[in-house]
Amino acid sequence: MQITLTLNGIKVTEDVAADMLLIDFVRAHGCKSVKRGCETSNCGLCTVFLDDKPVLSCSVLAARASGHQVTTLEGLQAEAAEFGAFIADQGAEQCGFCNPGFIMNALALFRENPYPSEEEVKEYLSGNLCRCSGYEGQLRGIMNFLAWKKQKEAAE
Amino acid sequence: MMTIREYKRAESLEEAWQLNQKKPNRVLGGMIWLKMETINVGTAIDLSGLGLDTIEETEDGFSIGAMVTLRQLEEHPGLAAYTHGAVKEALRHIVGVQLRNLATVGGSIYSRFGFSDVLTLFMAMDCSVELYKGGIVPLRDYAERPYDRDILVRLIVKKEKAEFFYQSVRNSQTDIPVLTCAAARLADGSYRIAIGARPLKALLYAFPAQAGVPAQELARKLADEVTRQVVTGSNMRGSAEYRRHLAGVLTKRAVVELEARAVQEEN
Repeated sequence: MQITLTLNGIKVTEDVAADMLLIDFVRAHGCKSVKRGCETSNCGLCTVFLDDKPVLSCSVLAARASGHQVTTLEGLQAEAAEFGAFIADQGAEQCGFCNPGFIMNALALFRENPYPSEEEVKEYLSGNLCRCSGYEGQLRGIMNFLAWKKQKEAAE
Repeated sequence: MMTIREYKRAESLEEAWQLNQKKPNRVLGGMIWLKMETINVGTAIDLSGLGLDTIEETEDGFSIGAMVTLRQLEEHPGLAAYTHGAVKEALRHIVGVQLRNLATVGGSIYSRFGFSDVLTLFMAMDCSVELYKGGIVPLRDYAERPYDRDILVRLIVKKEKAEFFYQSVRNSQTDIPVLTCAAARLADGSYRIAIGARPLKALLYAFPAQAGVPAQELARKLADEVTRQVVTGSNMRGSAEYRRHLAGVLTKRAVVELEARAVQEEN
């Protein structure tokens, strides 16, 4: 079947199998930041934006995304780089496998709630699993980023 | 592993219903559990083009389309106000925001999973389901029915003068619950207590008003009654005995909380 969707701002039309998952579609189009983790809809590694909402691409049919906007980390480089530097500063990522999904969902949080509390961060990111870190480094990185952003905005 | 031969975005409920009469075909909800089944689906029927993804609030109640996501429910200000935050409390522990942006009300209610927070939550309300062919059926009756091939169109929640409270016990924050408890205290002082994740599906217990009984005593009485009546089972998350004990504890906490709110309101 033929589908048409917008991937990272570029319109893509293609024939796909009815049971092709969105994760396989975006990876086939070079978006290798999107990782296959648990495949039980639990780990958050495959997070993409579907019409600006974070979803698990392992649980969406590519066919279902037809007519919609799909954004991966590749389409959010500038926004992600600024925030990602704070995560790197904390050495928060160890193997790094969870990082793209984690950054995608953190960006979704900042769009919904520009200055979340620590509890709100923990709750929003509870669907992103990391087997290395224990989350403390990521949390410090996020809180540092938010403090920096607040200072920067106040100075402007 | 799930395979799908054809995908069809239904253009009408009639088309969806017709397609769904063939045994190998399946209606898609959020696809969270379906994709983990070992199943060969003939035609996957997608209802996402039918405008069933909205929550409408009127003076009398809420109409919640089958394709409304759990995240939409969680963020709806009208439902939050009506249930005193019980909807958010019931949903916020379900895996993560990304999953709740996919999982649908229709998928959750149709599936009638034992562990369902959604089923437990709505069971304590005056809630019905609208089926395309089967009409409007009270949720507590629908929960008991065997699976059929009708299309669940929407949930209907009638507003009533009541206060709601939701609790769950989980071994870790985002795990499937060990036990769920939704409580409603109606204006006349009567109670509805829904206990889910027993691990069987949620059941409703109704108690008439007991005038003049102090809050703590009432809480203990209802907790004892629920503990006596509830049928629980064991699985890897907890034993039947543990669940039975939890059912009493959560009932007691719910009654104490709701009685305190009633006193506050009177003052």
